Amino acid sequence: MSRIVALHLGLVALLLALNFLLPAYTHGNIARIMVLAVYAIGYNIAFGYTGLLSLGHAMFFAAGMYGTGLILRFSELSALPAWGVGLACGAGLALAVGLLALRTAGVAFMIVTLMFSQAVYLIILYFGAFTRGDEGFVIEAADRMIWGLDLGQPQVRYLAAWALFSVVLLISLRLVRRPAGRVFVAIRENELRARLLGYDTFRYKLLALVISGTISAASGGAYALLFGYAGASFATVQYSIFPLLWVLLGGAGTVLGPFLGTLFMFYLIDIASGLTEAYMLIAGLALIGLTLFAPQGIAGVIRARLWKDLP
Amino acid sequence: MTKSTDHPVSTSRRTALKTLGAVGAAATLPLWSRYAQAQTSEPIRIGFQKHATGIGAAYGRWYERTTDAAVAKINAEGGINGRMVELVTEDDGTDPKRGAEVLEKFANQSKCDVAFGTLYSHVVIGSAPRAAELKLPYFVVSEGHHVASGILNRWTVQPGITDVKSQVQAMAPFVSKTLGKKVTMIYPDFAFGYDHRDNFSAAMKAQGGEVLEMIAVPPTETSFTKYFPKIPRDTEVLYHVMVGPAVLTFVKELGEFFGPNRPELFGFIDSLEAVDMASPGLEFLEGTYFWEGMPRYLQPDTPDYVKTYRDAVGIDANGASVNDAKDVSTAAHMFGCWETLHVIKAGMEASGYVGPKDRQKLIEAVEAMSVMPAGLAHPQGGKLFNGKTHQVFGPQYISQVENGKLVVKHTAAITDTLYADEVDYTAQSF
Repeated sequence: MSRIVALHLGLVALLLALNFLLPAYTHGNIARIMVLAVYAIGYNIAFGYTGLLSLGHAMFFAAGMYGTGLILRFSELSALPAWGVGLACGAGLALAVGLLALRTAGVAFMIVTLMFSQAVYLIILYFGAFTRGDEGFVIEAADRMIWGLDLGQPQVRYLAAWALFSVVLLISLRLVRRPAGRVFVAIRENELRARLLGYDTFRYKLLALVISGTISAASGGAYALLFGYAGASFATVQYSIFPLLWVLLGGAGTVLGPFLGTLFMFYLIDIASGLTEAYMLIAGLALIGLTLFAPQGIAGVIRARLWKDLP
Repeated sequence: MTKSTDHPVSTSRRTALKTLGAVGAAATLPLWSRYAQAQTSEPIRIGFQKHATGIGAAYGRWYERTTDAAVAKINAEGGINGRMVELVTEDDGTDPKRGAEVLEKFANQSKCDVAFGTLYSHVVIGSAPRAAELKLPYFVVSEGHHVASGILNRWTVQPGITDVKSQVQAMAPFVSKTLGKKVTMIYPDFAFGYDHRDNFSAAMKAQGGEVLEMIAVPPTETSFTKYFPKIPRDTEVLYHVMVGPAVLTFVKELGEFFGPNRPELFGFIDSLEAVDMASPGLEFLEGTYFWEGMPRYLQPDTPDYVKTYRDAVGIDANGASVNDAKDVSTAAHMFGCWETLHVIKAGMEASGYVGPKDRQKLIEAVEAMSVMPAGLAHPQGGKLFNGKTHQVFGPQYISQVENGKLVVKHTAAITDTLYADEVDYTAQSF
C-alpha cells in the first residue's frame, strides 16, 4: 500500500474513530461537513481537475435533493431507491447541460452554467404545487429509513455520511490516478495540446461533468435524507459559489482539498459568528488572506512544500 | 402561616445538641445537593434564532429589540420559576441550512432549554426536523401556515403570532362588505403569495364575492407596468401583497397607471413593514386599506398595556425607533416575540420546568393552554390557542391610510379567523 493510499485511508479511519469520540455538537457538524465535502469533491472533479469553472453546480445538488425528496413525497419507494433516482437525475441533468454548455469555454461556460442553474431554480419555484416552491418541504421521518435504520439518529446519520464520504473520496482518488484522470488534468493544463495528442477532449470534459454532477447529486440526495428537508434555497447561486470556495480554500486539484476546505469554511463561520455579527467580514478577510498567501489552498500548499506526489 | 412566639426561648442542652447536629449534617451535605442548588439557580437559556443577515435582516433587527425588551421585563419580574432568563442569539442568515445548524448549536453546545424566534417559513421548515430529532422545543414566530397545516412536528409550536391562513380569511368579510365584491389579486409568485391566493379567493367566494383575476409576479421582477393591463376593468378591489425592495416601485407605477380613478386598494402591511409611510411615491396609498397584525401607529384608544409594551420595545407614536424616526419597526409581526416569550414563561411555570429533561412536559403544558387574555403578556389582543394544531388565533386589524398614517378602522374578531383543524399534533409521539 502506497503512502498516498495510506494517507487517504487514514483520514477515513480517523473519521470513523471520531464517531465514537466527538461531543454531540461537533459530531453533528462533522456529519454535515462530510456530506457537503462530497459536493465539493464532485465540484473538484470538474473545476479542480478538468478546469471547468462552473457557476451552476447547485442545479446538480438540487437535482439530487429534489430527485430523492419528491420520489419519497409522491411514491412508495423507500429511501435508498429514491436516493438512486436522485443520482440518476443529477447524472441526466449533467449530461444534458454538458452537451450544450461544453460547446462554450471559459467565461462563456461560467455564464451558461449559471443560466442553466437559474433555470432549474425557477423551475422549482414554478412547479410549487409539487415542490412547495421557496418554502420547501419536510421529508417525513418514516421515509428516512434504510434497512430499518433511522437516518435521523445521530449515530446512523454520522455513519451514513461517513460511508458516502469514504466511498466518494476513494473513487475520487482512484479516478484521478487512472488514465482518464490524467487526461482531465491534461485538458485543464492545455486543452489544445491534449487534442493534438489525439484525445477527444469534448467527450472527456463531458465525462468529467457527468461524474461531477452525479457526485454533487449524491450529496444533495444525502442531505435531504440525513437532515430531512428539501428547499429551493439549495438551488440558488449561493450554493454554486460555496463548493467553489471550499475547493479553492482546500486546494483545487487535490483529493483531500475539498474536505479540508469545507471543514475550514464551516468552522470559520461557526466560530466567527459566535464572536461578532459581522462574521462574514471575518470570513471575507480570512479568504482574502488565504488567497494572497496560499493561493493553492491548504492541500495545495502541502503538495508544494511537503509532499510533491500528493494527488 | 404561624406567628412567632413572644416567649423567650431558653437553650437547653438537648436543643444545643440538636443544633450542633444540624450544623454538622449541613456541613457534610453530599455534593449532589450542592449540584441541585446550582442547577436550579442557573439561568433559563433561550436560543434566539435571529435573521441578522440575509433577506430577513430588517425583521431580525426588530425581533431582537422586542425579544430583549421582553426578557428584560420577565427578568425584572423575577424571571421564570425564580431563575433569570439568558438569551443565546445566533444568526441563521435567513437560510434553512444554517437555521438547522443553529438549532444543533443551541441544543448541543449552548445547552439551551428551548429555541425561539424564527420568522421566515423556509427557515422554519428546514429547521423543524432537527428540532424534533434534538427533542428541542421550537417556538416559531413565523405567521406561516406550516405549523397548523400539519407538515411539522410535535416539538414545533407557534403560540405568539397568528398564521396567514387565519389572517387572510378574516379579511374577506370586511373587503366584501365595505370595499367591493369583485377583486383582482396581485401577489408574488412564491409560497407567501400562494397562501394569499388560495385562502383569500376561497374566503371571498364564501362571502359571495369573486376573484376576477389572479396575477402572479415573479420575485425577480423590478418593474410592474406590464402586469397592470391584466387587471379587469370592472375590478372593484385590488388586493396586493407585494414584498421586497421593489415594493416602492410597485406602488409608484400603480399610481401612474391608475391616476385618480383607482379601484379600492387593500394590501397586507408585509409589503411596507419597516418602510416609512412618508417615503416618496407612497402618496398614492392615501385612503387605501391595509391588514396589520398589530397597529404600527399609536391609536387614540390604545390601552395602557399596549403603551407599556411600546415603551419597553422603544417605539414612538409613529411606530419608529425612539432613537431614530427613520428606523421604522416591523410592528405588525414583532409583538409575536414578546408574546411567545410570555407563553414560554407560562408553560415553564405550569410544568414546573427545571431542565432539559422537562422539555416534553413544557410542550404538554403549552398544548394544554387555551384562552390567553389581552394584557401586558398579550398586548396584540386576547388569544385562543389550539393545542392540537400548535397554532394561536387572535384579532386582526384593518387600517386606512389617513394623512400618511395608518388608522385602525376595523378589528376582526377571533371567530372570523378560525378554521377546521388540519392536524392533531397531540396524537403524535414525542
